[in-house]
Amino acid sequence: MEIKNLICINCPMGCALTVEMEGQEVVSVSGNTCKRGDTYARKEVTNPTRIVTSTVRVAGGEADMVSVKTKEDIPKGKIAECIKALKDVQVQAPVYIGDVIVTDIAGTGVDIVATKNIELTLPLLG
Amino acid sequence: MINYDIVIVGGGPAGLAAAVCAKQNGIDSILILERDKELGGILNQCIHNGFGLHTFKEELTGPEYADRFIRQVKDLGIEYKLNTMVMEVSQDKIVTAMNREEGMFGIQAKSVILAMGCRERPRGALNIPGYRPAGIYSAGTAQRLVNMEGYMPGREVVILGSGDIGLIMARRMTLEGAKVKVVAELMPYSGGLKRNIVQCLDDYGIPLKLSHTVVDIKGKERVEGITLAQVDENNRPIPGTEEFYTCDTLLLSVGLIPENEISRGMGVEINPVTSGPKVNESLETNMEGVFACGNVLHVHDLVDFVSEEAAAAGRNAAAYVKAAAGSGNPADSDTVSTDAAGEQSTDNSGAVEVIKDTIEAHEIRLIPTAGVRYTVPSTIRPDHMDENLTVRFRVGSVYKNCYVSAYFDDERVIHRKRQVVAPGEMEELKLTKEQILQYPKLKTITFKVEEE
Repeated sequence: MEIKNLICINCPMGCALTVEMEGQEVVSVSGNTCKRGDTYARKEVTNPTRIVTSTVRVAGGEADMVSVKTKEDIPKGKIAECIKALKDVQVQAPVYIGDVIVTDIAGTGVDIVATKNIELTLPLLG
Repeated sequence: MINYDIVIVGGGPAGLAAAVCAKQNGIDSILILERDKELGGILNQCIHNGFGLHTFKEELTGPEYADRFIRQVKDLGIEYKLNTMVMEVSQDKIVTAMNREEGMFGIQAKSVILAMGCRERPRGALNIPGYRPAGIYSAGTAQRLVNMEGYMPGREVVILGSGDIGLIMARRMTLEGAKVKVVAELMPYSGGLKRNIVQCLDDYGIPLKLSHTVVDIKGKERVEGITLAQVDENNRPIPGTEEFYTCDTLLLSVGLIPENEISRGMGVEINPVTSGPKVNESLETNMEGVFACGNVLHVHDLVDFVSEEAAAAGRNAAAYVKAAAGSGNPADSDTVSTDAAGEQSTDNSGAVEVIKDTIEAHEIRLIPTAGVRYTVPSTIRPDHMDENLTVRFRVGSVYKNCYVSAYFDDERVIHRKRQVVAPGEMEELKLTKEQILQYPKLKTITFKVEEE
């Protein structure tokens, strides 16, 4: 029997949750005040996922960086790999919100998309 | 002199939402003045997700949330000027601004919406001893450098203060390859949202030391390390608890201060607790026709509530402009009659207004006490109230299994159970006009935290 301790993030209460695990199976959740804590704990110990946000370089745009995110949440264990895969990525302006920057990041099947509009730099006049 | 019905100072989340709502309420002559090179304000550097859960029922990043409002502003054809700094607003609502193209210029506004946001409390406000080496940044400055400019402020980081920006930057710097050694918080509780503590610190094994502060900064040219010490209940460092951390960077996330230089300059009365204007139910300051919303009014945790509050300010400014046109200026009266859509329009009869005033026009004071630090608004005029009014406030410390209550004079009218309230999470209670009209002689509404 394995015990995992978590803090519930659903509200400011921040219940200290205790999850009893038998291998990959959740045996019990305690310490929660409401149902949401139970649901959160079960997901968090069996398949924790996160949306990952970062930035990549842009060439020829009004800004040097464009913010990006994973289109859906990816397994928590893949975060470092995802960030590493973005390290040398550079895109060409213009870039618009929702544009796919990298497909299937770190083998997760999830795409990286832009979260900001970066227009082309206007050519200098004269 | 250029003329606009409504001039909005600041093109961040508050200014954008106020503009959209004022336009939707029938005002066409609106100008937003923004000092940065783009609209969206601080959202542009907040690339993390979690914005918009209340407003759009989805988790957006900061730039995406801003874009939703920027698109509305553009689609509605609302005018804005970028790279434009407002220098001053006079008592008669002449806005003095400047930019590179037009130099210094004046704008006569009928109504002004203050939406300047806030800035970070700097090192100078903290009395940390030591030299003034390079490597000390406010968390928001570091955020801008990393997320917008593409620079890393340092490699080994200590963060003082557990405000949300500091927590977010602990994760961001870690993902970008820095080693974040510790987050120290002076108070015995964190100033940030719970989800940020879990997802930004716990996920990455970054320790949070509560009741700790920085007592020394080592390094003359560049930060070489800092000394943390535990503090007692009076926030005094306890001798013998010092710990030294080598680092090249110290980030400060120690609070936000509403940016009210322009407000003060025009004579707006400031609440010393929030450092923001005192406002009535319409979010109008003591200066008639001058409204405030967003972080310039009081610092929020969630942008969704900024948008909601700003929309109310925009709606009320629109009503003010229409009412002023109806009562005084005959040249504008035709616009009033066409714009008065649906809701109770009091613009056409001055006589009715006067009678109504003598019956209902009084002001109810909102009094924060017993754990409640402030309320926004500070006063309510029942005759100007919408059907529903959200009163927002913060508490002074952490209370568990408590109630937040509102007393109408001496009678407890609202009594809501809360499992926990904390200074880091803004609270609200909703009042209805119907409720208040049941107490025609009501003088005060007192807000309290009650422990059973």
